[in-house]
Amino acid sequence: MVGLEHYLSVAAALFVIGIFGIFLNRKNVIVILMSIELMLLAVNINLVAFSSFAGDLVGQVFTMFVLTVAAAEAAIGLAILVVFFRTRGTIDVEDANVMKG
Amino acid sequence: MATIILFAPLLGAVICGFFWTLIGEKAGQIVATALVFLAAILSWIIFLGPLPETEQIVIMRWIESGSFGTEWAIRMDRLTAIMLVVVNSVSALVHLYSFGYMARDENWGDDEPYRARFFAYLSFFTFTMLALVTSDNLVQMFFGWEGVGVASYLLIGFYYRKPTANAAAIKAFVVNRVGDFGFALGIFALFYLTDSVRFDDVFAAAPALATTEVRFLWADWNAANLIGVLLFIGAMGKSAQLFLHTWLPDAMEGPTPVSALIHAATMVTAGVFLVCRMSPVFEYAPDAKTMIVVVGATTAFFAATVGLVQTDIKRVIAYSTCSQLGYMFVAAGCGVYSVAMFHLFTHAFFKAMLFLGAGSVIHAMHHEQDMRNYGGLRKKIPLTFAAMLIGTLAITGVGIPLTHIGFAGFLSKDAVIESAWVGSQYAFWLLVIAACMTSFYSWRLMFMTFWGTPRGDQHIHEHAHESPRTMLIPLGILAIGAVFSGMIWYNSFFGKEDQVRDWFGMEAATQHKADAEGHATTTEAAATDPATPNPAEAVAPKTAMPEPHGAAPKGGIYMAPDNTVIHAAHEAPKWVKVSPFIAMLLGLALAYQFYIRRPDLPGKLAAQQRPLYLFLLNKWYFDELYDWLFVRPAIWLGRTLWKRGDGDVIDGSINGVALGIVPFLTRLAGRAQSGYLFHYAFAMVLGIAALITWMTLVTPAGGAQ
Repeated sequence: MVGLEHYLSVAAALFVIGIFGIFLNRKNVIVILMSIELMLLAVNINLVAFSSFAGDLVGQVFTMFVLTVAAAEAAIGLAILVVFFRTRGTIDVEDANVMKG
Repeated sequence: MATIILFAPLLGAVICGFFWTLIGEKAGQIVATALVFLAAILSWIIFLGPLPETEQIVIMRWIESGSFGTEWAIRMDRLTAIMLVVVNSVSALVHLYSFGYMARDENWGDDEPYRARFFAYLSFFTFTMLALVTSDNLVQMFFGWEGVGVASYLLIGFYYRKPTANAAAIKAFVVNRVGDFGFALGIFALFYLTDSVRFDDVFAAAPALATTEVRFLWADWNAANLIGVLLFIGAMGKSAQLFLHTWLPDAMEGPTPVSALIHAATMVTAGVFLVCRMSPVFEYAPDAKTMIVVVGATTAFFAATVGLVQTDIKRVIAYSTCSQLGYMFVAAGCGVYSVAMFHLFTHAFFKAMLFLGAGSVIHAMHHEQDMRNYGGLRKKIPLTFAAMLIGTLAITGVGIPLTHIGFAGFLSKDAVIESAWVGSQYAFWLLVIAACMTSFYSWRLMFMTFWGTPRGDQHIHEHAHESPRTMLIPLGILAIGAVFSGMIWYNSFFGKEDQVRDWFGMEAATQHKADAEGHATTTEAAATDPATPNPAEAVAPKTAMPEPHGAAPKGGIYMAPDNTVIHAAHEAPKWVKVSPFIAMLLGLALAYQFYIRRPDLPGKLAAQQRPLYLFLLNKWYFDELYDWLFVRPAIWLGRTLWKRGDGDVIDGSINGVALGIVPFLTRLAGRAQSGYLFHYAFAMVLGIAALITWMTLVTPAGGAQ
C-alpha cells in the first residue's frame, strides 16, 4: 500500500535534489532553472499528497496555481537567459559573478 | 537684621565679582567693603543688645524629601551672635586692610585686574562663614562648611601663577576632605538615629542617644560617643588639629590678609564652633570629649614646639594659631564651651592683628618673609611695631596674676588652663608647657624682627617704610580688641556659673537640675522601650527614637546639670592660676637670653642638638610621613591605573578590536560575498533548515499549540 509517507519521501528527495542542483551545478544557468522547477514540483507533490490525505481540495487548487506560476517563471527565466547570453556571450555559472563584493 | 547680615557680604561678592567691569575695580572694592562693614555694625548691635530666647528666622524651605526636611534658617542665639561679631569685624577690617596691602602686587602687572577678584573672594568667604555660623540645621552648616573650604581654596591659590600656591591650595582642600568625610558620617548617623537634622530635634534627642547602641564598621558603639567622635574628626580637619594639621602652614602661601581672616580668626575656628554648637550632644559623649582634650592638648604642644624653630614669619604665626586652636579644643573637651568661645573670641582679635601686623612688616620689607633677614625694624615702622607688641603681649598672656586685669589672651588662656586643670592633668601640663613655648616663639618673632641689627639685603632695609593708613587703622581697632576684649567679657564667658548660664540663655542650674530629673524619668521609661520583646523595634532604634525626648535644652550652648567645671576651675589652687604666667615669664626670659643678650646661642644650640632641631624644623616629619604613607601610594595607584589600566587595558582592547578583530571579520565577510547566486541561495536554504530545525526542536515545549 502506498501511503502518505511514500509521497512525502519522494517529494523531499526531489526537493533536496533540486537544492543540490542549484549549488553543486558549475555548468550553466539552465540547470539552475530546471532545479527550481524540480523544487516547485516537489512542493506540488506535497500539496497534492496532503490534500488527498486530509480530504481537502484546497491543496490541489493551490497546486494548479503553483503550476501556472512555475510556467510563467520558466518563460521569464528563459527570456532573461537569452538576453543574458546576448550581452555576456556565455551562460556559464562561473562567469555570472557581477555581484562579487 | 540677621538676614541683612547674612546676605550683605554675598551681595558684595556678586557685585564686586561679576559687575566690577561695569562699575570699575575701585568701586567694586568699595561696595564689597561697605557691605561687610554694614554687616559688622549690625552684628555688634545684635551682640551688645539684650538677647531674647533662641529664635529661628526661616528664610526659605530648602530640601523636602520623605521624612527629611530642612529649612534655610538663621538660628539666632548667643553663640551665633559671638561668631557674627568675630567673623564680620575681622572680615570688615581685613577688607579695609586689603586696600593697602593689595594695592600693588608683584605677581601681577600694572594693567592686570586682580583686586576686584580678591575682594569678591573675601566677601564670598564671609558669606559662607556666616552661613556656617547662623545655620539652624546640620545640612545648612555643611553647606557653609564646604563653602568656606572653597573660598579658602580660591584664596590660598590666589597667586595662581605660583606652583607652590596651587599645591598648597590643593593640599588644604584634600586634607579638609578627610575631615569632612568624618563630619558627613556624623550627620548621617544623627539623621539615621534621630530622623532629623534640625538642631532642636537633634539636641532634644541627645539624652536618648547616650543610651543607644549603634553598629558602625566592626563593632557596636555608644551612639553619642560615635557621633561626637565623627563630628570632631570634621572639626579636626577644619581646625587643623594634629594629624590633619598639615595644610595650615602651607596655606600661608595665600596673601597675608587671607591668612589673617581665614587661617587665624574665622574659618579655622569653625571646628571649635561646631563642638560648642553641638554641646548638647557632646555633653552625653564623655569618650568623645576625652578624645577632644587629648588631641587638643597634643596639638597645642606639638604646634608650639614646631613654632620654636620656624623662620618664616607667617609660618610661626600659623603654628601659633594651630596651637591656640588646641587650647580652645581642650576647653571645649573639658565641658566649658563658654571658655572655648572666650578664647576663640579673644584669639580672633589678637591673632588677626598679629597676622595683619606681619603683613605690614612684609609689606614694608618688599615681600621678604624670612625673619633672618629682618632685624632692627622698631624705628622704621613704629606703628606696626606697637601693634605687634600689643598682639604679642595679648597672645603670651600678660596681665596681673590673680586679678582680672590683663590683655585679652591673659584672661582667656588662663581660663582654659584652669579648666584643663579640672578636666585633665595631661592637658593641663601640656598646655602650661605650650604656654611657655608660646611666649618664647612670640618674643623670638618680636626680637628677630624689631630688635637687633638689620640683617639681609641692606637696600630693602633702607627702603623699609610704614604702611598706608588703610592698613594701620584695622591694626589700631584690633589692638583695642586685643587689649580690652578679655577684661570686658570675662564675666560673661567665665564668671560665676549663673552669670555664664544667664548670658548664654541657658536655664539656671538649679531649675535645670529639676527639669533634668523630670527628663531622666521620661528618658528611662523610653529607654526600656526598645528592650521590649518585639525584636523589630529593638533592632531599629529609629522607630523608638522620636518619642522619648522632651524639648531641646535652651541657650546657645548646653552644660549638663552635673557639669561643674567652671565652678571647680574658679576653686583651682593659686599655683595653678599663676602657672601660665610663670610659664610666660620663663619663655620671655629665654627668648631675651637667646635673641637679645646672646644672639649666638640659638645657632650653637641648634648645632649641638642637631637631630632635635631638624626634627622640629621639619615639623616632626609629618609631611614626609604622609608623603610616604598616603601620597606616594596614591601616586603609585594613579600611575598604575593610568599606565596599566587605562593605557594597557582600555586603550589596548580598543586598539586590538580596531586593528585585529574587525579587519579579520571584514575579510571573512568579504570572502563570503562571492557573487555567485548559488552561494547565496545555499545560505538561504541553510538558514531555513536551521530555522525549521529550531522550530521543530524547541517551540513544541514553548507554545506552538
